[in-house]
Amino acid sequence: MTSAIVVSGLHKSYGSTHALDGLDLEVATGEVHGFLGPNGAGKSTTIRVLLGLLRGDAGDVSLLGGDPWHDAAKLHRRLAYVPGDVNLWPNLTGGEVIDLLGRLRGGLDEKKRDDLLRRFDLDPTKKGRTYSKGNRQKVALVAALASNVELLILDEPTSGLDPLMEEVFRQVIEEDRREDRTVLLSSHILSEVEALCDRVSIIRRGKVVETGTLSDLRHLTRTSIHAELAASPNGLAQLPGVHDLDVEGNRVRCEVDTAQLDAVMRQLSASGIKSLVAQPPTLEELFLRHYEDDVPAESEAAVR
Amino acid sequence: MNDFVGTGTLVRLALRRDRLLIPIWIVVFVISAAGSAKASIDLYSDQNALVQAARTSNASPALVSLYGRIFDESSLGEVSLFKLTAFGALLVGLLAGMLVVRHTRTEEESGRLELLSAGVLGRYAALTAALIVSAGTVIVLGLLTALALMGSGLDTKGSFAFGLMWAGAGLAFAGVGAVTAQVTESARAANGLTAVVLGVAYVLRAIGDSSADGSTQWVSWLSPIGWSQQVRAYAGDRFVVLLIPLVFLVVLIAAATALIRRRDLGAGLVPPRPGPPRAAASLRSPLALAWRLHRGSFYAWGFAFLLLGLLVGNIASNVDGFVTSDSAKEMVQKLGGVEGITDAFLATEMGVMGLLASAFGIQAALRLRSEETALRAEPLLATDVTRSRWLGSHVLMALLGTGVLILVAGLGSGISSGASLGNMGRQVPRMLGAAAVQLPAIWLVTALVVVLFGFAPKLVTGGWALYGVFLLIGQFGEIFNLPQWMINLSPYGHTPRLPGGDFSVTPVLWLTAIAAALTLAGFATFRRRDIG
Repeated sequence: MTSAIVVSGLHKSYGSTHALDGLDLEVATGEVHGFLGPNGAGKSTTIRVLLGLLRGDAGDVSLLGGDPWHDAAKLHRRLAYVPGDVNLWPNLTGGEVIDLLGRLRGGLDEKKRDDLLRRFDLDPTKKGRTYSKGNRQKVALVAALASNVELLILDEPTSGLDPLMEEVFRQVIEEDRREDRTVLLSSHILSEVEALCDRVSIIRRGKVVETGTLSDLRHLTRTSIHAELAASPNGLAQLPGVHDLDVEGNRVRCEVDTAQLDAVMRQLSASGIKSLVAQPPTLEELFLRHYEDDVPAESEAAVR
Repeated sequence: MNDFVGTGTLVRLALRRDRLLIPIWIVVFVISAAGSAKASIDLYSDQNALVQAARTSNASPALVSLYGRIFDESSLGEVSLFKLTAFGALLVGLLAGMLVVRHTRTEEESGRLELLSAGVLGRYAALTAALIVSAGTVIVLGLLTALALMGSGLDTKGSFAFGLMWAGAGLAFAGVGAVTAQVTESARAANGLTAVVLGVAYVLRAIGDSSADGSTQWVSWLSPIGWSQQVRAYAGDRFVVLLIPLVFLVVLIAAATALIRRRDLGAGLVPPRPGPPRAAASLRSPLALAWRLHRGSFYAWGFAFLLLGLLVGNIASNVDGFVTSDSAKEMVQKLGGVEGITDAFLATEMGVMGLLASAFGIQAALRLRSEETALRAEPLLATDVTRSRWLGSHVLMALLGTGVLILVAGLGSGISSGASLGNMGRQVPRMLGAAAVQLPAIWLVTALVVVLFGFAPKLVTGGWALYGVFLLIGQFGEIFNLPQWMINLSPYGHTPRLPGGDFSVTPVLWLTAIAAALTLAGFATFRRRDIG
C-alpha cells in the first residue's frame, strides 16, 4: 500500500505558540482518512503545511510523492482543497468561482458539476457577498468535488451545512471512495468521521495521539454492557478489564475493556443471561478519553 | 432609548481600532494648514505683493474654478489659505464620510456587526457610534487646526472660522456617509457613492465660483463645499453659515434612520441582481481574475484622469490671462515667456497627476494583502497557481494600471492644451512624454508596497505612510529647511519637470532600477514566507 501523505516529526511555531509539536500522519492511497481533533489542536495548520502555504520548522512532509513546499503548484494539479473558512469574491457569482477554481486546477467534470449543483441545491447565479456561510461552503465543495483529482483535502467541510446537506456530502464522499480517491477529512464531528472514514488520526495539542482503523481503535476502549441474569452474578468484580460495575439483584451494568469481552461474557452466561444490551464504543468515547484528562494532566504537572 | 443601547461600547471599540488612523489624519491636516500659512506669511511680508497675488488669482478663471474666489484681497489669512479652503473641505469630507462607512457598512458586510447585534445592541447604536466618532474627529481636527493657525500668527476669529468650516464640511459628509451606508450592500460601493457626492459638490461650487457675471453664483450654495467657502474665513468670518451643514447633517441622519427602520441587517436598498451561472471563457487565469477585481476601480480612475487631464490642459491655455500688470509681464519674460509659464504650470499639474496615480498603484498593490487576509488567496494558491503568478497578476494591474492612468491624463491635457493653443501635433507628444517621466517615481512607490507585502505583510499599509511622508517632504521640505538628503528621499523630487524643463535620463533610470529591484525583492520574499 502506497501513501498519499506521509508526515513525520512536523513542528511549526507561531512566535511562542507551538502549533505543531512533532506531528506524524500517514494517509494511504485510496483511503478516506479522518483527521480528528478539537478547535486549535493543529488540524488546519497541518493542512496548510501539506498545501505548501506554510513552511514547517522541522520534520518531513511528503504529499503525493513530492515536497509540498517546493513543488506546490505541480502537486496542486492532483488535489483539490476545501478550506474551513470559505470566503468568496463579493462580485463574482458562485458559478464563476466554481469554474475559475476548476480551470486553475486543470479542468472540471461538467456532468459532475451540474449533478453536484443540483444535489447540494446551490444557486450558481448569486454573487459571493449574498451567500450564507453554508452556501459559500457548498461553492467550495462543488468546485473541489467536481474536479478529477487523486486527493481531496477537506478542512471541516460540513461546518455550516444543514443536516440534509451533510447527508448529501456523505453520499458524495461514499461515491468518491468507490472511485479510489484519497480523502483527508479534518473534522470535529465524530459521527461524520465514524460514518465515512477507513482510518482515523486523533490530534491533540499538535501531536497525533492515536491512529488506526475504527476497529483498531475500538480495542482501545470499552463496551458497555447491560444484562439481566437468571441468578445474581459471581466473580465479575475479580475479572480484569471490568469497570464501573453496578449490580442490583440480578441486573448488571458494567464497562468492559473490549479485549476482555470474551471472558466477561462467559462469566455472565454462567449465571444465565435473560437479556443483554452491549453497546460498542463510539468514537465519541474514544475522543473524550483522549481529551478528558487534559485538565488533570495539567494540574499534575503543576504539582510537580 | 433601547434603540441606542451599546452606543458607548461601540464608540470605544471604534476609537480603539482607529487609535492610529484618526490621530495621523488629524496631524496631516493640521500640519498642512499651519505649514501653508507659515510659508505664505513669510512670502507676503509686503502688503502690495499680497494684493497683487490675490488679484492675479481672482483674475484667472482657472484658479478660481480650481480653488475658489478670494473674497478679501487684502486678507493675509485668506490669501495664505485659499488653496486649502475648498480642497481641504473636500478631503475632510472624504475622511468623515469614510469613517462613518467604515464603522457601519464595512462592519455589517463582514458580519462582525451581526455578532455584536446578537448581544445587547440597539438598532441605531452602530450608526450613532460611527457618527459620534466621525463628528468628533472632524470637530477636534477643526479646533486643532484653528489653534495651529493662531500659532502661525493669524488672527483668532478667522482661524476659528477656518477650522470650523473644515469641520462643517466634515459634518455634512458624515451625514452623506450615513445615508450611503444604508443604501448599498457593500462598503466599497458606499464609499464610491460618497466620493461621487463629494465630486459633484466640488464641481457645483466650481461652477458657482467661476460664474463671470455672477448669474450662476447661487449654484455654490447647493454644495456643502460651497457652504464652507461661504463661511469666508479671514474675510468676514460668517459663523452663522455653519448652521447649514448642521441642518443638513440632521436631515441626513433622519433619512438614514428611516432607511434603517425599513431594511434588514446586512441588506441594502438596492437589491442584488443575479449574475452569470458560468464563468466567461476568459476567466481562467489569476491575471483574468485580477483584472476582474481591479477593473471597476480602474475604469473610475481612468475616467477621472481623462477629465482632470482635459481640465488641466484647458486651464493651461488661459495662463497668459493671469498676466495683466506690467510687473507681471516683466516676470513672465524672465521665466521664458508665455510658453515658459504655460509649461511650468503643466509640469506642476503633471506632478500632481503622478502623485494621484501613485495612490491608485498603492491601493491596487494593497489588494494583495486584503485578498490574503480575507482568505481568498489561499484557495487560489492551493491550485496550479504558483505564488509568483498570483503575486504577479496583482502587481501587473498596479504597474500597468498606473501607466495607463498617467498616459490618459497626459493625452487629455495634450489634446485640450493643444486644441486651445493651436498646436495639437506638438503638444500631444510633449504631454505624453511629460506623463511618461512620472512613471518611475509612481512605480517606485508602488514597489515599496510590494516589498512590504513580501517582507513584512503586517506592515503593508505603511505604504500609505511612506506616501504621506513623500508628499509632506515635497510640499513642505523646503519651507521647513529640511536637509537636502531628507528632501532627496522622496522619489517624486527626482522626476524631471516636463514639459519645458531639462530632461535628464539618469534619475529616470535610477528610479526605474530601484523600483524593479524592490519589486523583485517583493517576489523573492513572498515566495519564502507563510501565507495567512
